[in-house]
Amino acid sequence: MKPVNTPQPPRWAERFLEWIAADHLLEEVQGDLQELFEKRLQYDSLRKARWLYVLDLLKLIHPRLWRKKSSTTSLNPFDMLSTYIKIAFRHLVKNIGYSFLNMGGLAVGLTMAMLIGLWIWDELSFNKNYANYTQIARVLENQTYNGETGTSWAAVPPVGNALRSQYGHDFKHVLMASHPQRIILSAGEKKLIKSGYYFEPGVADMLSLNMLSGTQKGLQEPHSILLSQSLAKAFFGGADPVGKVLEMDNNQAVKVTGVYEDIPQNADFRDMLFIAPWSLYISSNAWIQQDAWWQNGFQAYVQLADHTDMASISAKIRDLKKKAVTGEEAQAKPELFLFPMAKWHLYADFENGISTGGRIQFVWLYGMIGMFVILLACINFINLTTARASIRAKEVGIRKAIGSYRSQLIGQFLSESMVGVMFAFIGSLLLVQLLLPLFNEVADKQLSMPWTHPGFWLIGIGFSMFTGLLAGSYPAFYLSAFKPVKALKGTFQPGRFAATPRKILVVVQFTVSIILIIGTLVVFRQVRFAKDRPVGYDRNGLVMIETPTNEIHSHIDALRDELKKAGVIAELSESLNPMTGMSFSASGYDWGGNSSDPELSFGTVYIDHTFGKTVGWQFKDGRDFSRELATDSTGIVLNESAVRQMGLQDPVDKTIRQTAYGNTEVFHVLGVIKDMLMESPYEPVRPTIYKINPGKGNLANIRIHPHLSPSEALGKIEAVFKKYSPSAPFSYTFIDEAYAIKFSEEERVGKLATLFACLAIFISCLGLFGLALFTAQQRTKEIGVRKVLGASVIDVWLLLSKDFVRLVLFALLIAIPLSYLLMNRWLENYTYRSGIGPWIFVLSGTGALLLAVGTVSYQAIKAALNNPVKSLRNE
Amino acid sequence: MKGTQLGEFEEIVLLTIAALYDDAYSVAVLEEIERRMERPMSIGAIHRTMQRLEEKGLVKSRFGEATTERGGRRKRLFTVTPAGERSLFEAKTLRNDLWAAIPKGAFKTSLS
Repeated sequence: MKPVNTPQPPRWAERFLEWIAADHLLEEVQGDLQELFEKRLQYDSLRKARWLYVLDLLKLIHPRLWRKKSSTTSLNPFDMLSTYIKIAFRHLVKNIGYSFLNMGGLAVGLTMAMLIGLWIWDELSFNKNYANYTQIARVLENQTYNGETGTSWAAVPPVGNALRSQYGHDFKHVLMASHPQRIILSAGEKKLIKSGYYFEPGVADMLSLNMLSGTQKGLQEPHSILLSQSLAKAFFGGADPVGKVLEMDNNQAVKVTGVYEDIPQNADFRDMLFIAPWSLYISSNAWIQQDAWWQNGFQAYVQLADHTDMASISAKIRDLKKKAVTGEEAQAKPELFLFPMAKWHLYADFENGISTGGRIQFVWLYGMIGMFVILLACINFINLTTARASIRAKEVGIRKAIGSYRSQLIGQFLSESMVGVMFAFIGSLLLVQLLLPLFNEVADKQLSMPWTHPGFWLIGIGFSMFTGLLAGSYPAFYLSAFKPVKALKGTFQPGRFAATPRKILVVVQFTVSIILIIGTLVVFRQVRFAKDRPVGYDRNGLVMIETPTNEIHSHIDALRDELKKAGVIAELSESLNPMTGMSFSASGYDWGGNSSDPELSFGTVYIDHTFGKTVGWQFKDGRDFSRELATDSTGIVLNESAVRQMGLQDPVDKTIRQTAYGNTEVFHVLGVIKDMLMESPYEPVRPTIYKINPGKGNLANIRIHPHLSPSEALGKIEAVFKKYSPSAPFSYTFIDEAYAIKFSEEERVGKLATLFACLAIFISCLGLFGLALFTAQQRTKEIGVRKVLGASVIDVWLLLSKDFVRLVLFALLIAIPLSYLLMNRWLENYTYRSGIGPWIFVLSGTGALLLAVGTVSYQAIKAALNNPVKSLRNE
Repeated sequence: MKGTQLGEFEEIVLLTIAALYDDAYSVAVLEEIERRMERPMSIGAIHRTMQRLEEKGLVKSRFGEATTERGGRRKRLFTVTPAGERSLFEAKTLRNDLWAAIPKGAFKTSLS
């Protein structure tokens, strides 16, 4: 040891050296400097020696001084990783039940998020298949009556030419089109009723149709037709269809001039199986007046010229129609505007002439549910993982005591959670694949897994990794920091509030679940309610058959007699629109009296004399149409709502006038029927007038003879129909099936809500399970002591369960008013609606509570049954 | 690792280590070189060179006994390895060959 008063080199320089020098060099370098210092002291002053010491030190500064000695036996990092993963697997297998639950919960959450994601992706990519997506628009019209603006999707025939002549260079295409038409197409013996459009020739270019054969220019020939791939195949199989001749509606021969690739399912015009020229539509339909500014039965599409702006052109064309019309049409203050393709699908709802949304609200709603679910699932996974990990404090102590680095512990815990997450991810991929057909059916979609889409993998794997990192970070960074002695002695105590975030989570999860359960119940109750609504006619054995040609109409009596004689039908009639819809409404009625208002509009149903008997309407007053009385052709039948609307006291035999386009027609009321539900089952029945149709109907309504089974009857009916109308394909619909479609949207929502509610409940129970596990573990000793002092199993079970019951009750307290508000708002969409009965809250509340108690009881009873000796001995 | 080509200073340090034989440690090498070249050197330069030589495998090192000198710190003693010997010989041969290649009368003065 050195005497204290021997001269020393500067202390700070020594310290600096200790700090800077690599371990394996320090001793040697220090020694060298010390030796030189001592030697210099013999002939130099202390001061100079110290100065030279510092100088030497400065000259030593070089990367070599602090560079670590390269280790000769470096471990292969993959060896370590494979060890981590091996141990992670062992852990998973050892606690198989728990791992399954934990990974299953995450997998379910991921599955749900993926399904919702796919759905949203599909909705958002609607119409994006069209190359000119941003440049295409439809010409719509706002009309304002009495300060109320309504939006019409229909266009009048002259609007196309007017746009072209006045604003020609703002547009690349201005195209008039028909509404989708169902038309009989025939090639030789083969006849099909298919839907398609009459369009002006630019359509193939505007929609950038991919021509498989023929050209886009094909439509310019007057008697031509473009076919979709699938329709061409249905007619001609593998043969080249170009140049072949088709017959439209049995009276127009058209030549196939091109075949385009089918339009994808998630796009407008997906029902466009063929395109015929607009000029053909006009020449073959005499009623179309090309310069009639009032004939609102067509569509107009535009594609903007390059470098133009949708909004400014939309503003430019606003008054086009207003300037062209006078009188009645001008009073409606028609304003035209362009509705861009990007908005057609998701923003199709108009209120006061402004697009206010539409399906986009569902996109938001589902998106929010999806985010919520995945968040809850991830937090659950993290919670369960960390709850389990806190048991492993001892393991951390032992590992550290026998020489594990902290970095190795971090690696171990992180790889365990990563392995778990990856299993969950793979599981969710399988689940999605499994559930997709079902989901597609419920959601009415054609979704498929984007296996080859790099973005999908990027998001999926990225998200999983993130969850895994988060779940693993608590044990990895918190537990691994423990001092081994402390961890081994078992003094590790999570703080008093460690469970608080978990409790909040459970409350949130149960709130969401209970809201979803209540929502599901309300939706189904509403559907049930509307289904139970009396329809005012008899749907049993009622069938409608399309009659596109004149042949049935001209032989209707013979047809009816023959079928009746054969005992196949009870009655047959013709009508313009189906029992399940209302095609026309009209105004201009005058029923005398003070309350007459020509603006009031009435639904109008064009029928024949036997219609009422066929559908089975019920008279409140007056009588049905009769063929024997010639004057009945100007008779009308009103429904109760119409009588109420008109304010007529004794309507039968009253005279009603209708003035339209300068003509006045006179009708007399034959009878009043009970309201028949023809439109939305959620809306009040529209005031409706039933009139005799002077011409051909679109449909034959048939009441099958009650003694016959429908399939038997239909075979016979088809034979008779074919006899009278060989040119038309036989296509029928049962009224009760057509009626059921009215509920499909609500039932879809209900089914989706059920699916979401089930998943949410599952995930919430998992969250509760995790919390119960955590508490039971924490209180092992306490339970032991209590049992020793005489607590029964029931006591312990109560002790552990009551906290959770309190949480669920709390969730109920939040969920009930919230769901009441939400569902009330939803129900307000329907005029005819069920209430939200208190039993719904009672039912869902009890259900949630029972589920929660069941979940917790597993842990509670397990803990209560434990032998106290075991839990207390362990010290 | 760089080739075993010796730099000039490396050659001098290596030769010094060989010359000091069993007592070649950094300060001794430093003093020996200072004495022979008659100019001051820095201990840092010696250190770095000796580390480099060790990395090249031309010398090897071991710790000596702890003594009361140097504040009780051990010396690191260096010895030339067979590879070191070989490269010294190569360097010497190269020089000898070059000396032999100088024609007579090329130098105005005669040193020998």
